Amino acid sequence: MSGPALVELQGLSKRFVKSLDLAGKLASKLGSSIREETVYALDGVDMTVAKGEVVGLVGESGCGKSTLGRIVAGILKPSDGRILYDGRDVSSLTPAEAKAVALKVQMIFQDPFASLNPRMRVRDIVGEAPLVHGLVSRGEFESYLDDVLARCGLDASYKRRFPHQFSGGQRQRIGIARALAVKPDFIVCDEAVAALDVSIQAQILNLFIKLREDLGLTYLFISHDLGVVEHISDRVYIMYLGRIVETASTEDMFAAPNHPYTRALLREVPRLETRHSDFLPIEGEIPSPLDPPRGCHFHPRCPHAMQRCREEAPRLREVAAGRLSACHLNDGI
Amino acid sequence: MAANAPALRVENLETHFFTKAGVVKAVDGVSFSVERAQILGLVGESGSGKSVTGFSILGLVDPPGRVVGGRILFDGQDIANAGEAQMQSLRGNRIATIFQDPMMTLNPVLRIETQMVETVLAHQEVNRETARKRARDALGQVGISSPDERLAAYPHQFSGGMRQRVAIAIALLNDPDLIIADEPTTALDVTIQAQILYEAQKLCRERGTAMIWITHDLAVVAGLADKVSVMYAGRIVEAGAIDQVLDHPVHPYTKGLIGSVPSRNKRGSPLYQIPGTTPALLNLAPGCAFRERCPRADPACLEEPGLSEPVPERAVRCFHPYAEAEA
Repeated sequence: MSGPALVELQGLSKRFVKSLDLAGKLASKLGSSIREETVYALDGVDMTVAKGEVVGLVGESGCGKSTLGRIVAGILKPSDGRILYDGRDVSSLTPAEAKAVALKVQMIFQDPFASLNPRMRVRDIVGEAPLVHGLVSRGEFESYLDDVLARCGLDASYKRRFPHQFSGGQRQRIGIARALAVKPDFIVCDEAVAALDVSIQAQILNLFIKLREDLGLTYLFISHDLGVVEHISDRVYIMYLGRIVETASTEDMFAAPNHPYTRALLREVPRLETRHSDFLPIEGEIPSPLDPPRGCHFHPRCPHAMQRCREEAPRLREVAAGRLSACHLNDGI
Repeated sequence: MAANAPALRVENLETHFFTKAGVVKAVDGVSFSVERAQILGLVGESGSGKSVTGFSILGLVDPPGRVVGGRILFDGQDIANAGEAQMQSLRGNRIATIFQDPMMTLNPVLRIETQMVETVLAHQEVNRETARKRARDALGQVGISSPDERLAAYPHQFSGGMRQRVAIAIALLNDPDLIIADEPTTALDVTIQAQILYEAQKLCRERGTAMIWITHDLAVVAGLADKVSVMYAGRIVEAGAIDQVLDHPVHPYTKGLIGSVPSRNKRGSPLYQIPGTTPALLNLAPGCAFRERCPRADPACLEEPGLSEPVPERAVRCFHPYAEAEA
């Protein structure tokens, strides 16, 4: 990690509770087994993102990575824990300060077809927010808009068009332009290239790298695609069922993963260089977050699971310089 | 089926869609073959015609689309213009399919058992009990635990990876000679994808099933396939053994595609970018469809390049291919 932390998460948890309706409450009073259902989407997540850093967050579907991104971007409120932005607790800010922070953190979504309003023109999609928030005057608006579009590789003549007139890659550029238009410092990319074809994905990844250099942006790059994360990130967090299981610099992580889950994940990433492979997958699937296993969440699938793993959740602790891992195997073996 | 004859040979397949706006040549002169126990990767981006190729083999192209030319030789017999009755006796029997979205291929209101038993009974003269036993065995083979209970379940009670296993089990039921898999792991997580790839590979090795694996993901094909055909705008632009094509691509599109995949030795540096986007296939101008995006294009590319075979088993459709040493 380099420089001061721009965003810091401390013990962040998020629970989604499906509360009972009237019929359910009655049934439960009368002795039925219907209960409120609680999904433990995030469970005590600590994370720091330094200024100018690209942090990758990897995990399989249902592990809580998108929930984490949404909380960081301010779309969801955490159940427990604190979010520090530039060293200050976000929940303790005055409304005006909170609004300023909200503008500094922007999000880019996965589906460029669903995340743009089909009835708005590009100029409104991209230009509405800076105008409303007074970041640009009406006189300078047009040239400001042209600049933002050009930065994202879009022609100024596209301003009057609607989203359906664009291809997937161009739509994603519009989504990026919308995020950049309010001059953010921190961008949460939630599977931002997952829906794109390989050749278009390369264009968008290159754009992210260029914008980072030009504007000094900080990214939280959420993806299930390890190849993409390895390419773009400085540091990687691996998440499993609401908990961080390992974090290290990208190089260390990919050279020598420590946690059994990370090892399995990295082994199974298809790569151009691996030919005629003998697939040896890990068994089972990610358990339901409605009823996560006791102890270490990974133990039902782990080839090294022992009695202790079934009873006690391992803590995330430093196992080497700059590397944290949550596994009992690191204790005294 | 003879031991060394290809299980499937497709020659100059043309599938066109006759829309009101004009003719869309979704598949325009595609040829390939796949042998027993062999996995062919059919790679291309969205709109390249790879899925329509699969549908054409299965006789599942709906109007306004039509197979207008070429031959599809399955077990030596041309099925390009076979009647519906003949195709029905082949589909799900000797040619099976696995689609991308198992939620779409499984009937949500029928138990797994009903769907599987029906597949067996449609093609085999066996009684219900034998069919059920075969269904149970197939579930066991794809790694589904307690198959007896699972047979009684409905599709929504399975996770995505499990559903895809069920779809594979259904494909296996009648011991097919050929399986066409259309993006079967695209919607799945990495660890689940590895499990499905493992099952596919096992199937191919143990039963000698020929397989066509349609995907946009070069990395998946790299580990799985024996040979690969790369499609662009309805045509095959490059084909050959997997190591040959991935290590020494000679077509500018293949080279660009490989260059744009993030990989270990390219970390942090900009990826190779193929400029522009894939062309619309409606009223596509003659000549090489890739020339607008190609760094090597010149006036010669206004003509349609033929498929040349610089070395045996290696095909490329380009006037200016890279030499293998350059690649």
